[in-house]
Amino acid sequence: MSILQVENIKKSFDNVEVLKDISFTLNKGEVLSIIGSSGSGKTTLLRCLNFLEFAENGRIIVDDELLVDFALHDKQNDASLRQKRLNFGLVFQSFNLFPQYSILKNLTLAVELLDGVKKKDKEKIKEINQRALDLLKRVGLEDKVDAYPCQLSGGQQQRVAIARALMLSPKILCFDEPTSALDPELTGEVLRVIRELRDGNTTMIIVTHEMNFAKNVSDKVIFMADGIIEEEGTPTELFDNPKSERLKEFLSSSLKD
Amino acid sequence: MSFVQVSLDLLEGFSQNCYLFGATLLFSLPLGLIIAMGSMSKFKIIKYITKAFVWVIRGTPLMLQLFVVFYVPGLVFKTPMSSRMTAALIAFVINYSAYFSEIYRGGIESIPKGQYEAGQVLGMTKSQIFFKVVLMQVIKRIVPPMSNEIITLVKDTSLARSIAIYEILMKATDFTTVGLIWPLFYTAVFFLVFCGGLTLLFNFIEKKFDYYRG
Ligand SMILES: Nc1ncnc2c1ncn2[C@@H]1O[C@H](COP(=O)(O)OP(=O)(O)OP(=O)(O)O)[C@@H](O)[C@H]1O
Ligand SMILES: [Mg+2]
Repeated sequence: MSILQVENIKKSFDNVEVLKDISFTLNKGEVLSIIGSSGSGKTTLLRCLNFLEFAENGRIIVDDELLVDFALHDKQNDASLRQKRLNFGLVFQSFNLFPQYSILKNLTLAVELLDGVKKKDKEKIKEINQRALDLLKRVGLEDKVDAYPCQLSGGQQQRVAIARALMLSPKILCFDEPTSALDPELTGEVLRVIRELRDGNTTMIIVTHEMNFAKNVSDKVIFMADGIIEEEGTPTELFDNPKSERLKEFLSSSLKD
Repeated sequence: MSFVQVSLDLLEGFSQNCYLFGATLLFSLPLGLIIAMGSMSKFKIIKYITKAFVWVIRGTPLMLQLFVVFYVPGLVFKTPMSSRMTAALIAFVINYSAYFSEIYRGGIESIPKGQYEAGQVLGMTKSQIFFKVVLMQVIKRIVPPMSNEIITLVKDTSLARSIAIYEILMKATDFTTVGLIWPLFYTAVFFLVFCGGLTLLFNFIEKKFDYYRG
């Protein structure tokens, strides 16, 4: 059963087409990895899904419900857009935690604002805090609740960012090169968390340069080149039997480093 | 002229400086924010008008601006400024708003785009992002330049004597006409004490934000 259908996404910046007709589907509980060389449009695609960019054309369907038809160019009112984007979560390459808040508050802030929780609503606050604690436990950081982002390593910050995204229970969790900003010895802990999420059947889209990880963790892989999907299939199909020349070239060059 | 008498006289003058200082801050801090918004506006016209305004105000001496505000209404519109203090206040507020606006703008623009985007993908509204995510970070970043500017303001207030406001330096100069020079140097104590207090206050505020980096 497909949870996400992306149809004919087109996006250009200053008349340069960065996404040229991107379509794909994703089933519930599956992990999709997007690979491709720098500038191929991977980040832009994720940003379109999260409405950080507005595509010129295309449709996004979640759970058989049309979320948005970009062609109708309904820039939509803020409120409905906000509601819709909650279908997706996004974990950034650079974490983007809120530096002035404790780890706990980083997780709870958005939920509290969304639910309009008042200070005196002790019950509700306790419930939200408990959820945050549970998630921090899941990413192995329950002892950091009261710490501040600047006191954490990059790997820990990224795990907090993952927990923060999970607080809103998105149907599809997107990652944009979650380990690219990390020292090599810290990538493992983040990848482990993502692997555990997969085992817990979280639907995910992961843009990554970690080929081995993509191969091991994904149900499906998309190879992008110059704004198109050059090749897609199972990890075995793409990594062991690449068909297109560009993918072969890409794989041999990324295996080198 | 006893020391105490001179002190009291200078203190009376300094109260003018303090008044001008306080009132200027009161109006120019919020006004500066509005101007900062203008200079970051999506509307080109508003943006360029505010930028031109800031250029003119920062590009001309405050003393000249005092003269303009004080004399121009009378010369051009035949409605002389009723009060010297009002004229001084207007000039100071305009001048300091322009400087503050640039500090605000610098602070706001220094916040990484990722902070806004993180708020957006978490479903926050624009105003929630500004007030809950960005504002505190902006304040932390602008405290040092603001302190600097505010301490400059303390001393700038004595420019008001150029339109004959009896502030502390004016008073002290009066003493020189009766052969007393030392009150002129004595005024430094008033400024030093005032600025010292402010420095302590700003250090305290900076410390408050020390608990995090970023
Ligand atoms: N805001 C923007 N304005 C103009 N051009 C942009 C903008 N964002 C992206 N681009 C361009 O779009 C193209 C695709 O960028 P994108 O960031 O999606 O690539 P990517 O596949 O994520 O690359 P990388 O692997 O380096 O992260 C690039 O040529 C980039 O220069
Ligand atoms: Mg990218």
